[in-house]
Amino acid sequence: MTIDSENLISKDQLKKKRRPIEGLIVASLFIAGAISIGITLGILWELGTQSLLFFRDPIVSIGQFFTGTVWQPQAGTFGIWALILGTLLITVIAMIVAVPIGLAAAIYLSEYASPRVRGFFKPVLEILVGIPTVVFGFFAVSFVTPLFRNLLGSSVVGFFNVLSAGIVVGILIVPLISSLSEDAMAAVPRSLREAAYGLGASKLEVSLRIVVPAAISGIAAGVVIAMSRAIGETMVVTLAAGASPRNFTLGSDSLWYILDPFQGAQTMTGYIAITASGDISYNTIDYNSIFAIGLTLFFMTLGLNSLSRRIVKRFRQEYE
Amino acid sequence: MTGTLREREKQQYFPSEAEYDRLLDKRSRRGLLVQGSLLLALTIAVLALVTLLSTIINDSFGLVAQVNQVEPEEIVASHGYDPAAVGLGDLGKDELVETLQGGISNNVGRRLEREQRFYEDRLVFESQAKWDEICAEGDAPAGCSSGERNQANVLLLVEERIVAPDIIATDTLVGSLLNPEDFEQSVEESFVANPARYGDYTFDQVRFQWRAWFSWQFITSPASASPELAGISTAILGSLWLVGITVLFAVPIGVAAAIYLEEFAKPSRINDLIQTNINNLAGVPSIIYGMLGLAVFVRLLEPITSGSVFGDYAPNGRTVLAAGLTLGVLTLPVVIISSQEAIRAVPNSLRQAGMGLGATKWQTVRSHVLPIAIPGILTGTILSIGRAIGETAPLILVGAAGFITTSPKGPFSQFTALPIQIFQWTALPQEEYRNLAAAASLALLVLLLILNAGAVILRNRYSRRLQ
Repeated sequence: MTIDSENLISKDQLKKKRRPIEGLIVASLFIAGAISIGITLGILWELGTQSLLFFRDPIVSIGQFFTGTVWQPQAGTFGIWALILGTLLITVIAMIVAVPIGLAAAIYLSEYASPRVRGFFKPVLEILVGIPTVVFGFFAVSFVTPLFRNLLGSSVVGFFNVLSAGIVVGILIVPLISSLSEDAMAAVPRSLREAAYGLGASKLEVSLRIVVPAAISGIAAGVVIAMSRAIGETMVVTLAAGASPRNFTLGSDSLWYILDPFQGAQTMTGYIAITASGDISYNTIDYNSIFAIGLTLFFMTLGLNSLSRRIVKRFRQEYE
Repeated sequence: MTGTLREREKQQYFPSEAEYDRLLDKRSRRGLLVQGSLLLALTIAVLALVTLLSTIINDSFGLVAQVNQVEPEEIVASHGYDPAAVGLGDLGKDELVETLQGGISNNVGRRLEREQRFYEDRLVFESQAKWDEICAEGDAPAGCSSGERNQANVLLLVEERIVAPDIIATDTLVGSLLNPEDFEQSVEESFVANPARYGDYTFDQVRFQWRAWFSWQFITSPASASPELAGISTAILGSLWLVGITVLFAVPIGVAAAIYLEEFAKPSRINDLIQTNINNLAGVPSIIYGMLGLAVFVRLLEPITSGSVFGDYAPNGRTVLAAGLTLGVLTLPVVIISSQEAIRAVPNSLRQAGMGLGATKWQTVRSHVLPIAIPGILTGTILSIGRAIGETAPLILVGAAGFITTSPKGPFSQFTALPIQIFQWTALPQEEYRNLAAAASLALLVLLLILNAGAVILRNRYSRRLQ
């Protein structure tokens, strides 16, 4: 048997062929990935430089901005706590609505529901996720607010009020909490459940004493993410909570005035949206102020998002 | 001894038979109770969705109390037709122009003619000499160069200027169906109680008629200052333009970034940073992207986004292009993450098979990984585009201009979008704008439904072909 040396690949040819085009492709893929860093830097740069312009303005003082409780741009008073108050009131109401409902929904879907029941409820939650927030805003203004005004009297409940904004934001984030919690519960291994059943536990005891504690890190992370979402929500609060900040003075204003859910209170996002709608002129104090608020908002949500990631990392149980 | 110990233990640690049964009952009762309340929570979520949808539908149709300056029947009759058989829309263009001539002042007529002429071959309101003079000037009005108005266009003018309907009260769908008399009665009472509110109108002028706010005419008419004639074609076109630009920006970059991160990136500091950064970006509130868009695309890049680099188009950077890029940046992280998931779901054995045959990494990705991952990528992309269509806050910031009646003609046009339209109408206090907002919401939901159905169909088709 002879070997036809003509048809064999020589050792030289076997060496790695240089493929310049492929290198180019990989490089451009990398650039596409790196663009996201550019976006973050862009956000930080714009928010930072414009905020700096705002804080450099002689009528603004940083101390007043971060400690003040009165927001009156016309009077040159910029105290962000008046706006943070609105944001917090709405977020708290939203969480009161969303956490029990979202968590209960997750437990039911993960532990109790038959495939048929799941097949009915899952799509409902997915549809809720897909509805644009401006439509939720319309819902708040044309259904929830009139409902409360009819129930409690229009002298008690204002046309713009924190309550209906909070409830609707709550409905908005229910699917977020339920799907993240359900994922966490699904990750709890079957063996834990079987062990508990073997000891004679009921379905309720397995759900509440075994599955929920085992999934608690994922659930907590989901709740924190939902909170960050509620803080950043814009359309519902702009439409339903009104356009005047709830200015207050600690000590002299009653607690009820500060926390009254039946009256309106502008939020940080609401202020940004209202101020920027219409033709806002550049380099005015109003224009710059929205960036200072935006920067605060950015760090608040970033803080909550990284907190949620830290919760997962720190408390996650590895089940193998 | 041992027997008694056991007895004692048993008594100490285990309840008696009766007690045991009682406790078991209690436990199972509690279980049922909790199961019921869990189900209740889910029902509340379903109820919220049902209420939301029914609120929208309830406000999209119903009775209206309307006052017309001139009844359409009178116009039809004045042309010698039987109003019972012929509607206003059945009149010919000539008859409509004639009506218009009789009903509006010459000044208004001339303005309309300068916007767009009524006939190619003759002028209606302007004299030929004056027309030639105007058109010879440097900034000749649009009417000098555009074609003639068609019947539908003149009909719209007649409705707007001659019939001039004014809706003074509206009713919901449920109210209109169950007790229409109540609505008529309440309008009448309101006329008696507060006649000043209705100005010159008397109750006899009021016509009660059925109105579908969400109608084909609503979808195809341009925006208008009067709510009776307002439509959303301008807004729909604006939204479609936005989606187009968003897709062109976010999909290529997003998919490329996902391929890089899943297939090529080795664990290194920069790659970890990119991944963390993308996860963080996905959690940034949309209004912050709006501020980025305002500062960068509208202001900094104004020469490009207003089109002045390419010739003079828009007065400022608040254009379709700026807004589309803003939405593109907003959706990018979501597109990357969902594409990454789709690529990750491709079994490793396929990659190994490709590499085993001597393909390079890129060849493997292109011919083995991507074709399998495409249905997943498509689904994720379409879902994120659905989110982009509904985004409102960033558009408010990049300045979707308030009142625009002309459809966007290109990336450098000023525009309005469907969610912006809903926002503006919802923010107005008058009843009829509430109905318009509901109808526009319904249109937006239908658009999203079509998009999502498209996603499902595409995914099913692709995955079948690949098997």
